[in-house]
Amino acid sequence: MKNSEIWVAFFTILTREIRRFTRIWPQTLLPPAITMTLYFAIFGNLIGSRIGQMGGFSYMEYIVPGLIMMSVITNSYSNVSSSFFSAKFQHSIQELLVSPTPNWVILLGYVLGGVARGLLVGLVVTILSLFFTNLLVENLLLTVLVVFLTAIMFSLGGFVNALYAQSFDDVSIIPTFVLTPLTYLGGVFYSIDLLPDFWQSLSLLNPVLYMVNAFRFGILGVSDIDAYWALVMISVFILVLFSYSLHLLEKGKGIRN
Amino acid sequence: MTYAIEIRDLKKQYENGFEALKGINLKVKKGDFFALLGPNGAGKSTAIGILSSLVNKSSGSVSIFGVDIDQDFAKAKKYLGVVPQEFNFNVFETVFNVVVTQAGFYGIKRPLAMERAEKYLKLLDLWDKKDTQSRMLSGGMKRRLMIARALIHEPEVLILDEPTAGVDIELRRSMWEFIKKLNEQGTTIILTTHYLEEAEQLCRNIAIINSGEIVENTSVSALLKTLNQETFILDLDNPLPNGWGVAGFSVAFDETSCSAEVEVVKGQSLNAIFSALSEQSINVLSMRNKSNRLEELFVKLVKGK
Repeated sequence: MKNSEIWVAFFTILTREIRRFTRIWPQTLLPPAITMTLYFAIFGNLIGSRIGQMGGFSYMEYIVPGLIMMSVITNSYSNVSSSFFSAKFQHSIQELLVSPTPNWVILLGYVLGGVARGLLVGLVVTILSLFFTNLLVENLLLTVLVVFLTAIMFSLGGFVNALYAQSFDDVSIIPTFVLTPLTYLGGVFYSIDLLPDFWQSLSLLNPVLYMVNAFRFGILGVSDIDAYWALVMISVFILVLFSYSLHLLEKGKGIRN
Repeated sequence: MTYAIEIRDLKKQYENGFEALKGINLKVKKGDFFALLGPNGAGKSTAIGILSSLVNKSSGSVSIFGVDIDQDFAKAKKYLGVVPQEFNFNVFETVFNVVVTQAGFYGIKRPLAMERAEKYLKLLDLWDKKDTQSRMLSGGMKRRLMIARALIHEPEVLILDEPTAGVDIELRRSMWEFIKKLNEQGTTIILTTHYLEEAEQLCRNIAIINSGEIVENTSVSALLKTLNQETFILDLDNPLPNGWGVAGFSVAFDETSCSAEVEVVKGQSLNAIFSALSEQSINVLSMRNKSNRLEELFVKLVKGK
Protein backbone atom coordinates (compact mmCIF):
# COMPACT_ATOMS: atom_id res chain seq x y z
CA MET A 1 0.00 0.00 0.00
CA LYS A 2 1.12 3.55 -0.68
CA ASN A 3 1.62 5.86 2.28
CA SER A 4 -1.53 7.82 1.42
CA GLU A 5 -3.54 4.58 1.32
CA ILE A 6 -2.09 3.47 4.65
CA TRP A 7 -3.13 6.79 6.15
CA VAL A 8 -6.70 6.36 4.80
CA ALA A 9 -6.88 2.82 6.24
CA PHE A 10 -5.58 3.98 9.63
CA PHE A 11 -7.98 6.93 9.71
CA THR A 12 -10.86 4.61 8.77
CA ILE A 13 -10.15 2.25 11.67
CA LEU A 14 -9.68 5.12 14.11
CA THR A 15 -12.86 6.97 13.11
CA ARG A 16 -14.83 3.72 13.19
CA GLU A 17 -13.59 3.08 16.72
CA ILE A 18 -14.48 6.62 17.82
CA ARG A 19 -17.88 6.32 16.11
CA ARG A 20 -18.46 3.05 17.98
CA PHE A 21 -17.81 4.32 21.49
CA THR A 22 -19.61 7.63 20.94
CA ARG A 23 -22.63 5.83 19.45
CA ILE A 24 -22.96 3.73 22.61
CA TRP A 25 -22.13 6.62 24.97
CA PRO A 26 -24.58 5.45 27.67
CA GLN A 27 -22.38 2.34 27.99
CA THR A 28 -18.99 3.96 27.48
CA LEU A 29 -18.95 7.60 28.59
CA LEU A 30 -21.79 7.95 31.07
CA PRO A 31 -20.93 5.16 33.60
CA PRO A 32 -17.41 6.44 34.42
CA ALA A 33 -18.81 9.96 34.78
CA ILE A 34 -21.41 8.78 37.30
CA THR A 35 -19.02 6.45 39.16
CA MET A 36 -16.32 9.08 39.48
CA THR A 37 -18.80 11.73 40.62
CA LEU A 38 -19.83 9.33 43.40
CA TYR A 39 -16.17 8.76 44.31
CA PHE A 40 -15.60 12.52 44.47
CA ALA A 41 -18.73 13.08 46.55
CA ILE A 42 -18.33 10.16 48.97
CA PHE A 43 -14.58 9.57 49.29
CA GLY A 44 -13.44 13.08 48.52
CA ASN A 45 -16.10 15.21 50.21
CA LEU A 46 -17.74 13.15 52.94
CA ILE A 47 -14.99 10.79 54.10
CA GLY A 48 -12.07 12.88 52.81
CA SER A 49 -12.92 15.83 55.03
CA ARG A 50 -12.41 13.55 58.07
CA ILE A 51 -9.17 12.03 56.76
CA GLY A 52 -7.37 15.33 56.64
CA GLN A 53 -4.24 15.91 54.56
CA MET A 54 -2.27 13.42 52.50
CA GLY A 55 1.09 14.28 50.98
CA GLY A 56 0.52 17.89 51.95
CA PHE A 57 -2.78 18.17 50.08
CA SER A 58 -6.43 17.76 51.00
CA TYR A 59 -7.67 14.20 50.47
CA MET A 60 -9.89 15.37 47.62
CA GLU A 61 -6.93 16.99 45.84
CA TYR A 62 -4.88 13.84 46.46
CA ILE A 63 -7.35 11.33 44.99
CA VAL A 64 -8.44 13.36 41.94
CA PRO A 65 -5.32 12.53 39.82
CA GLY A 66 -5.61 8.87 40.83
CA LEU A 67 -9.28 8.68 39.90
CA ILE A 68 -8.66 10.38 36.55
CA MET A 69 -5.91 7.86 35.85
CA MET A 70 -8.12 4.97 36.97
CA SER A 71 -10.77 6.05 34.43
CA VAL A 72 -8.19 6.34 31.67
CA ILE A 73 -6.73 2.90 32.43
CA THR A 74 -10.02 0.99 32.59
CA ASN A 75 -11.58 2.74 29.60
CA SER A 76 -8.61 2.43 27.24
CA TYR A 77 -8.30 -1.23 28.14
CA SER A 78 -11.95 -2.15 27.87
CA ASN A 79 -12.49 -0.19 24.65
CA VAL A 80 -9.94 -2.20 22.72
CA SER A 81 -10.65 -5.56 24.35
CA SER A 82 -14.42 -5.33 23.83
CA SER A 83 -14.30 -3.77 20.36
CA PHE A 84 -11.74 -6.17 18.94
CA PHE A 85 -13.30 -9.21 20.58
CA SER A 86 -16.76 -8.22 19.29
CA ALA A 87 -15.29 -7.94 15.79
CA LYS A 88 -13.79 -11.40 16.25
CA PHE A 89 -17.03 -12.78 17.66
CA GLN A 90 -19.23 -11.56 14.81
CA HIS A 91 -16.45 -12.25 12.26
CA SER A 92 -16.44 -8.64 11.07
CA ILE A 93 -12.69 -8.63 11.75
CA GLN A 94 -12.48 -10.53 8.45
CA GLU A 95 -13.33 -7.26 6.67
CA LEU A 96 -9.95 -5.99 7.80
CA LEU A 97 -8.05 -9.23 7.41
CA VAL A 98 -8.97 -9.68 3.73
CA SER A 99 -7.94 -6.09 3.00
CA PRO A 100 -4.35 -5.03 2.25
CA THR A 101 -4.18 -3.00 5.49
CA PRO A 102 -0.87 -3.90 7.19
CA ASN A 103 -1.05 -5.48 10.64
CA TRP A 104 0.76 -2.60 12.31
CA VAL A 105 -1.90 -0.20 10.99
CA ILE A 106 -4.68 -2.44 12.32
CA LEU A 107 -2.94 -2.47 15.71
CA LEU A 108 -2.32 1.27 15.70
CA GLY A 109 -5.91 2.04 14.67
CA TYR A 110 -7.43 -0.05 17.46
CA VAL A 111 -4.94 1.18 20.06
CA LEU A 112 -5.48 4.85 19.25
CA GLY A 113 -9.23 4.20 19.32
CA GLY A 114 -8.75 2.99 22.91
CA VAL A 115 -6.54 5.99 23.67
CA ALA A 116 -9.23 8.31 22.31
CA ARG A 117 -11.85 6.84 24.64
CA GLY A 118 -9.46 6.78 27.60
CA LEU A 119 -8.54 10.43 27.09
CA LEU A 120 -12.12 11.53 26.47
CA VAL A 121 -13.30 9.83 29.65
CA GLY A 122 -10.27 11.30 31.45
CA LEU A 123 -11.30 14.75 30.24
CA VAL A 124 -14.91 14.25 31.36
CA VAL A 125 -13.74 13.10 34.80
CA THR A 126 -11.33 16.04 35.01
CA ILE A 127 -14.13 18.49 34.23
CA LEU A 128 -16.36 16.82 36.85
CA SER A 129 -13.57 17.03 39.43
CA LEU A 130 -13.54 20.82 39.00
CA PHE A 131 -16.96 20.91 40.69
CA PHE A 132 -15.30 19.51 43.82
CA THR A 133 -11.80 20.99 43.87
CA ASN A 134 -9.41 23.36 42.16
CA LEU A 135 -7.02 21.53 39.92
CA LEU A 136 -3.73 23.31 39.35
CA VAL A 137 -1.37 21.47 37.04
CA GLU A 138 2.24 21.61 38.20
CA ASN A 139 3.85 20.15 35.05
CA LEU A 140 1.52 20.08 32.04
CA LEU A 141 3.92 18.33 29.66
CA LEU A 142 4.62 15.49 32.08
CA THR A 143 0.92 15.16 32.94
CA VAL A 144 -0.12 14.90 29.30
CA LEU A 145 2.76 12.57 28.46
CA VAL A 146 2.02 10.20 31.33
CA VAL A 147 -1.71 10.00 30.63
CA PHE A 148 -1.14 9.51 26.89
CA LEU A 149 1.48 6.79 27.33
CA THR A 150 -0.60 5.03 29.99
CA ALA A 151 -3.62 5.01 27.68
CA ILE A 152 -1.45 3.50 24.91
CA MET A 153 -0.08 0.86 27.26
CA PHE A 154 -3.47 -0.29 28.51
CA SER A 155 -4.99 -0.18 25.04
CA LEU A 156 -2.24 -2.57 23.97
CA GLY A 157 -3.04 -4.74 26.99
CA GLY A 158 -6.69 -4.81 25.92
CA PHE A 159 -5.64 -5.81 22.41
CA VAL A 160 -3.61 -8.80 23.64
CA ASN A 161 -6.51 -9.81 25.88
CA ALA A 162 -8.91 -9.68 22.90
CA LEU A 163 -6.60 -11.76 20.72
CA TYR A 164 -6.42 -14.52 23.31
CA ALA A 165 -10.07 -14.29 24.38
CA GLN A 166 -12.38 -17.03 23.18
CA SER A 167 -15.50 -15.92 25.02
CA PHE A 168 -16.92 -12.75 26.55
CA ASP A 169 -15.92 -14.16 29.96
CA ASP A 170 -12.29 -14.08 28.87
CA VAL A 171 -12.64 -10.37 28.09
CA SER A 172 -13.91 -9.57 31.60
CA ILE A 173 -11.61 -11.85 33.62
CA ILE A 174 -8.45 -9.71 33.32
CA PRO A 175 -10.14 -6.36 34.12
CA THR A 176 -12.00 -7.89 37.08
CA PHE A 177 -9.30 -10.04 38.64
CA VAL A 178 -6.11 -8.25 37.61
CA LEU A 179 -6.71 -4.67 36.50
CA THR A 180 -9.14 -3.59 39.22
CA PRO A 181 -7.06 -4.91 42.17
CA LEU A 182 -3.87 -3.42 40.69
CA THR A 183 -5.59 -0.06 40.24
CA TYR A 184 -7.13 0.01 43.72
CA LEU A 185 -3.81 -1.03 45.23
CA GLY A 186 -1.86 1.31 42.93
CA GLY A 187 -1.95 4.37 45.15
CA VAL A 188 -5.17 5.88 43.83
CA PHE A 189 -6.63 6.36 47.31
CA TYR A 190 -3.55 6.43 49.53
CA SER A 191 0.16 7.07 49.69
CA ILE A 192 2.23 3.91 50.06
CA ASP A 193 4.04 5.68 52.92
CA LEU A 194 1.02 4.63 55.02
CA LEU A 195 1.78 0.95 54.44
CA PRO A 196 4.06 -1.30 56.54
CA ASP A 197 7.47 -1.93 54.95
CA PHE A 198 6.57 -5.32 53.49
CA TRP A 199 3.44 -4.06 51.72
CA GLN A 200 5.29 -0.95 50.63
CA SER A 201 7.95 -3.07 48.90
CA LEU A 202 5.28 -5.30 47.39
CA SER A 203 3.44 -2.23 46.07
CA LEU A 204 6.54 -1.25 44.15
CA LEU A 205 5.97 -4.30 41.94
CA ASN A 206 2.63 -2.88 40.85
CA PRO A 207 3.07 -1.01 37.52
CA VAL A 208 -0.12 1.00 38.06
CA LEU A 209 1.50 2.61 41.12
CA TYR A 210 4.12 4.21 38.87
CA MET A 211 1.57 5.59 36.42
CA VAL A 212 -0.74 6.98 39.08
CA ASN A 213 2.14 8.58 40.94
CA ALA A 214 3.76 10.00 37.81
CA PHE A 215 0.42 11.54 36.86
CA ARG A 216 -0.05 12.87 40.40
CA PHE A 217 3.44 14.30 40.27
CA GLY A 218 2.54 16.11 37.04
CA ILE A 219 -0.52 17.68 38.65
CA LEU A 220 0.39 18.14 42.32
CA GLY A 221 4.16 17.87 42.28
CA VAL A 222 4.17 15.04 44.88
CA SER A 223 4.83 11.37 44.28
CA ASP A 224 5.80 8.16 46.08
CA ILE A 225 8.21 7.28 43.28
CA ASP A 226 10.42 8.95 40.67
CA ALA A 227 8.11 10.14 37.88
CA TYR A 228 10.78 9.93 35.20
CA TRP A 229 11.57 6.33 36.10
CA ALA A 230 7.83 5.72 35.65
CA LEU A 231 7.99 7.19 32.13
CA VAL A 232 10.85 4.87 31.21
CA MET A 233 8.96 1.89 32.60
CA ILE A 234 5.75 2.73 30.71
CA SER A 235 7.74 3.19 27.49
CA VAL A 236 9.40 -0.22 27.90
CA PHE A 237 5.99 -1.83 28.56
CA ILE A 238 4.63 -0.16 25.42
CA LEU A 239 7.50 -1.43 23.28
CA VAL A 240 7.16 -4.96 24.62
CA LEU A 241 3.36 -5.05 24.28
CA PHE A 242 3.41 -3.48 20.80
CA SER A 243 5.98 -6.01 19.55
CA TYR A 244 4.10 -8.88 21.15
CA SER A 245 0.72 -7.75 19.74
CA LEU A 246 2.23 -7.41 16.29
CA HIS A 247 3.81 -10.84 16.55
CA LEU A 248 0.44 -12.34 17.52
CA LEU A 249 -1.27 -10.53 14.64
CA GLU A 250 1.33 -11.77 12.14
CA LYS A 251 0.82 -15.30 13.45
CA GLY A 252 -2.93 -14.83 13.25
CA LYS A 253 -3.46 -15.75 16.91
CA GLY A 254 -7.18 -16.09 17.53
CA ILE A 255 -8.13 -14.62 14.16
CA ARG A 256 -6.70 -16.91 11.48
CA ASN A 257 -6.85 -20.69 11.24
CA MET B 1 0.61 -16.80 -19.21
CA THR B 2 -0.60 -14.99 -16.11
CA TYR B 3 -3.61 -16.57 -14.47
CA ALA B 4 -6.17 -14.88 -12.28
CA ILE B 5 -5.48 -17.55 -9.68
CA GLU B 6 -2.67 -20.06 -9.73
CA ILE B 7 -2.40 -22.60 -6.92
CA ARG B 8 0.57 -24.97 -6.76
CA ASP B 9 0.83 -27.98 -4.45
CA LEU B 10 -1.21 -26.24 -1.77
CA LYS B 11 -1.40 -28.11 1.51
CA LYS B 12 -3.16 -27.30 4.74
CA GLN B 13 -2.98 -29.33 7.90
CA TYR B 14 -4.84 -27.99 10.93
CA GLU B 15 -3.39 -28.16 14.44
CA ASN B 16 -5.58 -31.17 15.26
CA GLY B 17 -3.84 -33.06 12.46
CA PHE B 18 -6.72 -32.88 9.98
CA GLU B 19 -5.37 -32.54 6.45
CA ALA B 20 -7.85 -30.23 4.69
CA LEU B 21 -5.83 -29.81 1.49
CA LYS B 22 -3.46 -32.49 0.24
CA GLY B 23 -1.42 -30.60 -2.34
CA ILE B 24 -3.93 -29.16 -4.79
CA ASN B 25 -3.03 -27.55 -8.11
CA LEU B 26 -5.45 -25.18 -9.79
CA LYS B 27 -5.37 -22.52 -12.48
CA VAL B 28 -8.17 -20.07 -13.14
CA LYS B 29 -7.90 -18.03 -16.32
CA LYS B 30 -8.51 -14.29 -16.35
CA GLY B 31 -12.12 -13.50 -17.14
CA ASP B 32 -13.26 -17.03 -16.37
CA PHE B 33 -16.51 -17.98 -14.67
CA PHE B 34 -15.18 -20.82 -12.55
CA ALA B 35 -16.97 -23.24 -10.24
CA LEU B 36 -15.26 -24.86 -7.29
CA LEU B 37 -17.48 -27.69 -6.20
CA GLY B 38 -17.24 -30.31 -3.52
CA PRO B 39 -19.16 -31.86 -0.66
CA ASN B 40 -19.14 -30.30 2.81
CA GLY B 41 -15.71 -30.57 4.39
CA ALA B 42 -13.98 -31.21 1.05
CA GLY B 43 -11.61 -28.26 1.43
CA LYS B 44 -13.35 -25.52 -0.61
CA SER B 45 -13.62 -23.03 2.24
CA THR B 46 -10.05 -23.77 3.35
CA ALA B 47 -8.80 -23.01 -0.17
CA ILE B 48 -10.82 -19.78 -0.29
CA GLY B 49 -9.64 -18.95 3.23
CA ILE B 50 -6.01 -19.25 2.14
CA LEU B 51 -6.63 -17.08 -0.93
CA SER B 52 -8.20 -14.39 1.21
CA SER B 53 -5.66 -14.69 4.07
CA LEU B 54 -8.13 -15.97 6.65
CA VAL B 55 -6.37 -19.32 6.79
CA ASN B 56 -2.59 -19.83 6.97
CA LYS B 57 -1.35 -22.41 4.48
CA SER B 58 0.97 -25.23 5.54
CA SER B 59 2.91 -25.33 2.26
CA GLY B 60 2.63 -24.68 -1.47
CA SER B 61 2.23 -21.41 -3.30
CA VAL B 62 -0.61 -19.18 -4.41
CA SER B 63 -0.50 -16.36 -6.96
CA ILE B 64 -3.27 -13.88 -7.62
CA PHE B 65 -2.87 -12.10 -10.96
CA GLY B 66 0.77 -13.18 -10.97
CA VAL B 67 1.47 -11.85 -7.48
CA ASP B 68 2.72 -14.51 -5.09
CA ILE B 69 0.97 -14.11 -1.74
CA ASP B 70 4.23 -14.91 0.06
CA GLN B 71 5.99 -12.09 -1.78
CA ASP B 72 3.39 -9.32 -1.62
CA PHE B 73 0.08 -10.37 -0.06
CA ALA B 74 -1.11 -6.76 0.25
CA LYS B 75 -0.86 -6.28 -3.53
CA ALA B 76 -2.45 -9.67 -4.20
CA LYS B 77 -5.37 -8.82 -1.90
CA LYS B 78 -6.20 -5.76 -3.97
CA TYR B 79 -7.09 -8.03 -6.90
CA LEU B 80 -9.46 -10.05 -4.78
CA GLY B 81 -13.02 -9.50 -3.56
CA VAL B 82 -14.58 -12.12 -1.30
CA VAL B 83 -18.23 -12.75 -0.55
CA PRO B 84 -18.16 -15.25 2.32
CA GLN B 85 -20.80 -17.81 3.11
CA GLU B 86 -21.58 -16.39 6.55
CA PHE B 87 -22.58 -12.80 7.24
CA ASN B 88 -19.49 -11.08 8.56
CA PHE B 89 -20.22 -7.37 8.69
CA ASN B 90 -20.68 -5.21 11.75
CA VAL B 91 -24.40 -5.58 12.35
CA PHE B 92 -24.63 -2.25 14.20
CA GLU B 93 -23.25 -0.22 11.29
CA THR B 94 -25.53 1.24 8.63
CA VAL B 95 -25.50 -0.29 5.17
CA PHE B 96 -23.71 2.77 3.77
CA ASN B 97 -21.04 2.72 6.49
CA VAL B 98 -20.34 -0.99 6.02
CA VAL B 99 -19.46 -0.38 2.38
CA VAL B 100 -17.62 2.94 2.80
CA THR B 101 -15.59 1.59 5.74
CA GLN B 102 -14.49 -1.39 3.66
CA ALA B 103 -13.30 1.02 0.96
CA GLY B 104 -11.23 2.78 3.60
CA PHE B 105 -9.46 -0.49 4.45
CA TYR B 106 -8.32 -0.57 0.81
CA GLY B 107 -6.99 2.97 1.06
CA ILE B 108 -9.78 4.48 -1.04
CA LYS B 109 -10.40 8.10 -0.07
CA ARG B 110 -13.84 8.97 1.27
CA PRO B 111 -15.22 10.99 -1.69
CA LEU B 112 -14.48 8.15 -4.13
CA ALA B 113 -15.65 5.56 -1.58
CA MET B 114 -18.99 7.37 -1.23
CA GLU B 115 -19.38 7.60 -5.00
CA ARG B 116 -18.73 3.88 -5.42
CA ALA B 117 -20.94 2.97 -2.46
CA GLU B 118 -23.83 4.79 -4.13
CA LYS B 119 -23.10 3.05 -7.44
CA TYR B 120 -23.00 -0.50 -6.04
CA LEU B 121 -25.81 -0.06 -3.52
CA LYS B 122 -28.01 1.21 -6.37
CA LEU B 123 -26.95 -1.64 -8.66
CA LEU B 124 -27.79 -4.14 -5.94
CA ASP B 125 -31.06 -2.43 -5.10
CA LEU B 126 -30.01 -1.41 -1.59
CA TRP B 127 -29.77 2.35 -1.94
CA ASP B 128 -33.07 3.00 -0.16
CA LYS B 129 -31.67 1.01 2.80
CA LYS B 130 -28.40 2.93 3.02
CA ASP B 131 -29.19 4.42 6.44
CA THR B 132 -30.62 1.20 7.87
CA GLN B 133 -28.60 -0.73 10.44
CA SER B 134 -27.38 -3.81 8.63
CA ARG B 135 -28.85 -6.17 11.26
CA MET B 136 -32.31 -4.98 10.21
CA LEU B 137 -31.92 -6.27 6.64
CA SER B 138 -33.53 -9.43 5.31
CA GLY B 139 -31.30 -12.44 4.49
CA GLY B 140 -31.30 -11.64 0.78
CA MET B 141 -30.43 -8.00 1.41
CA LYS B 142 -27.55 -9.04 3.65
CA ARG B 143 -26.16 -11.22 0.85
CA ARG B 144 -26.40 -8.30 -1.58
CA LEU B 145 -24.72 -6.04 0.94
CA MET B 146 -21.78 -8.44 1.10
CA ILE B 147 -21.53 -8.38 -2.69
CA ALA B 148 -21.56 -4.56 -2.72
CA ARG B 149 -18.90 -4.53 -0.02
CA ALA B 150 -16.71 -7.01 -1.94
CA LEU B 151 -16.94 -4.87 -5.08
CA ILE B 152 -16.14 -1.53 -3.48
CA HIS B 153 -12.46 -1.71 -4.44
CA GLU B 154 -13.43 -3.02 -7.91
CA PRO B 155 -11.46 -6.27 -7.73
CA GLU B 156 -10.32 -8.27 -10.76
CA VAL B 157 -11.43 -11.54 -9.13
CA LEU B 158 -14.64 -12.03 -7.19
CA ILE B 159 -14.96 -15.15 -5.03
CA LEU B 160 -18.49 -16.05 -4.02
CA ASP B 161 -18.79 -18.77 -1.40
CA GLU B 162 -22.31 -20.22 -1.50
CA PRO B 163 -23.84 -16.83 -2.34
CA THR B 164 -27.34 -18.13 -2.99
CA ALA B 165 -27.69 -20.36 0.06
CA GLY B 166 -31.10 -19.65 1.56
CA VAL B 167 -32.00 -17.06 -1.06
CA ASP B 168 -35.40 -17.19 -2.78
CA ILE B 169 -35.63 -18.05 -6.49
CA GLU B 170 -36.40 -14.56 -7.75
CA LEU B 171 -33.53 -13.01 -5.84
CA ARG B 172 -31.20 -15.80 -6.87
CA ARG B 173 -31.95 -15.13 -10.51
CA SER B 174 -31.44 -11.38 -10.22
CA MET B 175 -28.21 -12.01 -8.32
CA TRP B 176 -26.91 -14.24 -11.10
CA GLU B 177 -27.87 -11.72 -13.76
CA PHE B 178 -25.79 -9.17 -11.89
CA ILE B 179 -22.81 -11.53 -11.51
CA LYS B 180 -23.04 -12.53 -15.19
CA LYS B 181 -22.85 -8.86 -16.19
CA LEU B 182 -19.81 -8.40 -13.98
CA ASN B 183 -18.16 -11.36 -15.67
CA GLU B 184 -19.01 -9.98 -19.11
CA GLN B 185 -17.30 -6.74 -18.09
CA GLY B 186 -14.11 -8.70 -17.37
CA THR B 187 -14.27 -9.68 -13.70
CA THR B 188 -13.12 -13.23 -13.04
CA ILE B 189 -15.73 -15.07 -11.01
CA ILE B 190 -15.02 -18.03 -8.76
CA LEU B 191 -18.09 -19.65 -7.32
CA THR B 192 -18.82 -22.38 -4.84
CA THR B 193 -22.38 -23.63 -4.71
CA HIS B 194 -24.46 -26.63 -3.80
CA TYR B 195 -26.95 -25.76 -6.53
CA LEU B 196 -25.27 -27.64 -9.35
CA GLU B 197 -27.71 -26.42 -11.97
CA GLU B 198 -26.32 -22.94 -11.25
CA ALA B 199 -22.79 -24.12 -11.90
CA GLU B 200 -23.91 -25.88 -15.08
CA GLN B 201 -25.72 -22.85 -16.42
CA LEU B 202 -23.25 -20.15 -15.39
CA CYS B 203 -19.74 -21.52 -15.28
CA ARG B 204 -17.35 -22.22 -18.11
CA ASN B 205 -14.79 -24.19 -16.13
CA ILE B 206 -15.03 -26.33 -13.10
CA ALA B 207 -12.97 -28.04 -10.44
CA ILE B 208 -14.34 -30.68 -8.12
CA ILE B 209 -12.58 -31.09 -4.83
CA ASN B 210 -13.05 -34.04 -2.54
CA SER B 211 -11.25 -34.94 0.69
CA GLY B 212 -8.66 -32.24 0.04
CA GLU B 213 -7.85 -33.34 -3.50
CA ILE B 214 -8.90 -32.08 -6.91
CA VAL B 215 -10.71 -34.99 -8.53
CA GLU B 216 -11.71 -33.15 -11.72
CA ASN B 217 -10.63 -29.91 -13.36
CA THR B 218 -11.96 -29.21 -16.82
CA SER B 219 -14.54 -27.21 -18.76
CA VAL B 220 -18.19 -27.74 -17.89
CA SER B 221 -18.96 -28.81 -21.48
CA ALA B 222 -16.10 -31.33 -21.53
CA LEU B 223 -17.24 -32.73 -18.23
CA LEU B 224 -20.83 -33.10 -19.39
CA LYS B 225 -19.64 -34.96 -22.48
CA THR B 226 -18.22 -37.66 -20.23
CA LEU B 227 -21.69 -38.40 -18.95
CA ASN B 228 -22.45 -41.91 -20.33
CA GLN B 229 -25.97 -42.25 -19.16
CA GLU B 230 -28.90 -39.96 -18.42
CA THR B 231 -32.20 -40.79 -16.82
CA PHE B 232 -35.34 -39.14 -18.17
CA ILE B 233 -38.78 -39.11 -16.66
CA LEU B 234 -41.69 -39.18 -19.12
CA ASP B 235 -45.13 -38.18 -17.83
CA LEU B 236 -47.72 -40.22 -19.74
CA ASP B 237 -51.46 -39.85 -20.31
CA ASN B 238 -52.10 -43.60 -19.96
CA PRO B 239 -50.35 -46.39 -18.06
CA LEU B 240 -47.92 -48.69 -19.82
CA PRO B 241 -49.16 -52.22 -20.56
CA ASN B 242 -47.67 -54.99 -18.40
CA GLY B 243 -44.32 -56.19 -19.68
CA TRP B 244 -43.95 -53.27 -22.08
CA GLY B 245 -40.38 -52.48 -23.06
CA VAL B 246 -38.06 -51.38 -25.83
CA ALA B 247 -34.97 -53.33 -26.74
CA GLY B 248 -31.76 -51.74 -25.41
CA PHE B 249 -33.53 -49.44 -22.91
CA SER B 250 -34.17 -49.87 -19.22
CA VAL B 251 -37.68 -48.61 -18.48
CA ALA B 252 -39.41 -48.52 -15.10
CA PHE B 253 -43.05 -47.48 -14.78
CA ASP B 254 -44.51 -45.76 -11.71
CA GLU B 255 -48.27 -46.25 -11.53
CA THR B 256 -48.87 -43.61 -8.89
CA SER B 257 -47.50 -40.76 -10.97
CA CYS B 258 -48.18 -42.46 -14.32
CA SER B 259 -44.62 -41.81 -15.39
CA ALA B 260 -41.85 -43.84 -16.95
CA GLU B 261 -38.22 -43.64 -15.93
CA VAL B 262 -36.02 -44.31 -18.96
CA GLU B 263 -32.26 -44.77 -18.82
CA VAL B 264 -30.60 -43.56 -22.01
CA VAL B 265 -27.00 -44.57 -22.70
CA LYS B 266 -24.79 -42.19 -24.69
CA GLY B 267 -25.50 -42.65 -28.43
CA GLN B 268 -29.02 -43.99 -27.96
CA SER B 269 -31.96 -42.02 -29.38
CA LEU B 270 -35.19 -41.42 -27.50
CA ASN B 271 -37.07 -41.69 -30.82
CA ALA B 272 -37.33 -45.47 -30.34
CA ILE B 273 -39.17 -44.90 -27.05
CA PHE B 274 -41.50 -42.28 -28.56
CA SER B 275 -42.33 -44.58 -31.53
CA ALA B 276 -43.06 -47.55 -29.25
CA LEU B 277 -45.31 -45.38 -27.06
CA SER B 278 -47.08 -44.01 -30.13
CA GLU B 279 -47.86 -47.56 -31.29
CA GLN B 280 -49.63 -48.07 -27.95
CA SER B 281 -51.50 -44.72 -28.42
CA ILE B 282 -49.79 -43.39 -25.30
CA ASN B 283 -48.89 -39.71 -25.36
CA VAL B 284 -45.94 -38.12 -23.58
CA LEU B 285 -47.30 -35.12 -21.67
CA SER B 286 -43.95 -33.84 -20.46
CA MET B 287 -40.33 -34.91 -20.12
CA ARG B 288 -37.49 -33.98 -17.75
CA ASN B 289 -34.11 -35.10 -16.49
CA LYS B 290 -34.37 -37.16 -13.31
CA SER B 291 -31.49 -35.15 -11.85
CA ASN B 292 -29.21 -32.38 -12.96
CA ARG B 293 -26.58 -33.76 -15.34
CA LEU B 294 -23.74 -32.15 -13.46
CA GLU B 295 -25.15 -33.53 -10.24
CA GLU B 296 -24.96 -37.09 -11.60
CA LEU B 297 -21.30 -36.57 -12.51
CA PHE B 298 -20.58 -34.86 -9.21
CA VAL B 299 -21.98 -37.76 -7.21
CA LYS B 300 -19.94 -40.26 -9.24
CA LEU B 301 -16.74 -38.26 -8.89
CA VAL B 302 -16.95 -37.68 -5.18
CA LYS B 303 -17.84 -41.32 -4.59
CA GLY B 304 -14.80 -42.26 -6.67
CA LYS B 305 -16.85 -44.28 -9.18
